Amino acid sequence: MTRNALAGTAALTRLALRRDRVALPGWLFGLAALTASFTAMTVTGFESPQAVADDAALMAATPALRMTGLSSGGSVGSYALARGYLTLAVLAALMSVFAVVRHTRQNEETGRAELIGAAVVGRHAPLAAAVLVAVMANLALVPLVALAMVGQPVGGALVAGAAVAVVGLAFTGVGAVTVQLSPSTRAASGMAGAGLGLAFLLSGVGNMLGSVDGTGMRVISAWPVWLSPIGWGQQMRAFDRDSWWPLGLGVAALVLLLGVAALLANRRDVGRGILSERLGAARAGRGLVNPFGLAVRLQRASLVGWAVAMAAFGLLFGAISDEVVTVDDDPDGWYAQMGGTHQMSSAFRTAMLVIIGMALAAYLVQVLLRMRAEEAEGRLESVLATAVSRARWAAGHVAAAAAGSVVLVVVFAATMGVAAGDSADQVGELGVAALVHLTGPLVLGGVVVAACGLLPRWSGALAWGLLAAAVLLSPMFGPGFGAPDWALSLSPFTHVPKAPAVEVTAGPVAALVAAAVGLGAVGLVALRRRDLVLPS
Amino acid sequence: MTAAIRAEGLVKSFGRVHALNRLELTIDKGQVHGFLGPNGAGKTTTIRILLGLLRKDGGELTVLGSDPWHDAAALHRRLAYVPGEVNLWPNLTGGEVIDLLGRLRGGLDEARRAALLERFALDPTKKCRTYSKGNRQKVALVAAFASNVELYLLDEPTSGLDPLMESVFQDVVAELRDEGRTVLLSSHILAEVEALCDRVTIVRSARVVESGTLDQLRHLTRTTVAVRTAAPVSECDLGSVHDIRAEGGRLVFDVDPGELNGVLTRLLPFDVQELTCSPPTLEELFRRHYDEQVPGDVAQAKPEDVALADLVGVR
Repeated sequence: MTRNALAGTAALTRLALRRDRVALPGWLFGLAALTASFTAMTVTGFESPQAVADDAALMAATPALRMTGLSSGGSVGSYALARGYLTLAVLAALMSVFAVVRHTRQNEETGRAELIGAAVVGRHAPLAAAVLVAVMANLALVPLVALAMVGQPVGGALVAGAAVAVVGLAFTGVGAVTVQLSPSTRAASGMAGAGLGLAFLLSGVGNMLGSVDGTGMRVISAWPVWLSPIGWGQQMRAFDRDSWWPLGLGVAALVLLLGVAALLANRRDVGRGILSERLGAARAGRGLVNPFGLAVRLQRASLVGWAVAMAAFGLLFGAISDEVVTVDDDPDGWYAQMGGTHQMSSAFRTAMLVIIGMALAAYLVQVLLRMRAEEAEGRLESVLATAVSRARWAAGHVAAAAAGSVVLVVVFAATMGVAAGDSADQVGELGVAALVHLTGPLVLGGVVVAACGLLPRWSGALAWGLLAAAVLLSPMFGPGFGAPDWALSLSPFTHVPKAPAVEVTAGPVAALVAAAVGLGAVGLVALRRRDLVLPS
Repeated sequence: MTAAIRAEGLVKSFGRVHALNRLELTIDKGQVHGFLGPNGAGKTTTIRILLGLLRKDGGELTVLGSDPWHDAAALHRRLAYVPGEVNLWPNLTGGEVIDLLGRLRGGLDEARRAALLERFALDPTKKCRTYSKGNRQKVALVAAFASNVELYLLDEPTSGLDPLMESVFQDVVAELRDEGRTVLLSSHILAEVEALCDRVTIVRSARVVESGTLDQLRHLTRTTVAVRTAAPVSECDLGSVHDIRAEGGRLVFDVDPGELNGVLTRLLPFDVQELTCSPPTLEELFRRHYDEQVPGDVAQAKPEDVALADLVGVR
């Protein structure tokens, strides 16, 4: 019985690896590159080991900062992890969830699963293959992350790799369960994403409620961290205590969740989840009347998710701003470098807006690539067979994406300002500064439109690749790599004025907007001239 | 009569693949025109060029008097399209999609919308991701038929429908024909084309191999005769007939057009007790085009030079 249920797993695993031969290495090497940049930033960003230890003590002593990373000793490795671990953990979790969803529910939605299911393939084989692929990717993360921590002790580096992988393993299990539950493929990723948000909060709150031990550089976390896979990874305390045993918690969670997934899988049909799809409106609402309305509707779910995240980060950054300003007043510290000013309050705000700018770029790339998905998946054909021109259709997507990004900026500025106790005027100033930081992302939005027009088949890889390059060459990461100035100048983020710390001049803003508009126009013209690339 | 669609020498290549090789297609206004051909013959490519979704590499083309590549949006107010593979937005309901496509085209007929939903037994409140292929097809059909337009382009519109819905579809198209609207019906279902179409164009390997009314096409093919006689008939008694075989005590054979009278005369002395003559079904017409290899010289010849007899009826 069990054996029958798993028949064909090996073949499906090979198929999944073949399909992922670009995507998974992209994730793995991307994570390694980020790790390398966090390490390099710590190595080059401080004058002495003592400066690193001082900052680690600061992070440990400031409850609000503990939300953003767990301080665990004063070494370069542990400080780099305290700064960068959350990013790595979240990305490893997303990589794992997406892999599981891609090889299970997505196959069911596209109908490929039926083709496979009719062959000699057991009931649980597709799930087993998806989980195997995700587990393999997480195992590969251990040495890759370790290697990326250049110059750090090998033992600690391996624990660091395992600390990232433990989150990926646990969320492989979470993904395996949500694909059984959710009514749709997208909802499966969404539910797992909500779980990730919860894990993030639990570890953050647990660390915040913790206490500092005698060294002054190590936080003893409170119990909520043990409910979160991110907490387990942090409690491995790489480069400090190097404990391996929390890895067992991740493996146990994976096994337990897989058991639950297998039970649920027996109770659902192919293409359906345990939770069933609700009925919807029989008539289209007033908004669904033109290409803009359609694009808004298609981007709505993404926008809501991003808005919730923006509000959460806005509240968090706003709440910690006072403490950062009073505690971390090192004129040569990280915030001062990012903000380009020694005036700490605006330096902190500027640094946060730089981070938000990068997130907004990811949002624009994500929603604008829907243009390509609409074309490749054949839905565009029906729209362009109506009285809608290509330019009008594309303009609808661009306008909806731009409007969405402005909404996100406003949500972030408002929540951060309110949480920081700003006056209405100050919130307004923060909002304007945040809009200035939208100019860099707009250029990447232009890149997506140009890619969809000129190189439709490659637009996804091109857009995400250029986003990653722009982030790595930005002032936040590029100098850590020792990237030369000419390379830094290729990233649009390099040219974004450091508002509100520095007075904004019209020149760079106009140039960035012009670049975005120019790229978008190239894309629109190319789109009007070429054949559609439709499924045959 | 003016032509709703006039394509002359239409050429389209994808890289080295010739998708269309000097394709000719004329459809008069008010006509239901069948468009037949095997997979990969170029039917969908032709329709996408008619819509301006693809750009022709050569030839002349007007649809409702305008150039579909340059005037796509304006032209599309006057036509409706059902794609061969219906892809819908998974998180929109069928009703929302019908309204959306109707509004994007410039409005739809409310009464027709309601009537069509009823006739096709479609639940408009379901999310598109939960629809089967047949139901997705119904969404596209209702969206198209609920629009008041001059021209309907239907690309294998019934490939996922059950026989009941297939007959509803035929009724609706027959009504459109009676209202004087023009329909291009690409199909694999021959009974449907036979029931609905005034004229048929058969494409194969990127070019038209046959075009005419059903009667004209039948004229060029053999009639199947099944006969029971009192006295036994031998092959040499009948003259020029083909594929003689015995089926259930009857003699069955195919007769070339023009030979029928002579063959019947020769049968009379054998005391005919039962006789059925059936015109070739479209199925047979179709199969002849597909089963036979296109002769080597045809590939170089201009389409108009290819004698029908070379392609039809020669075995």
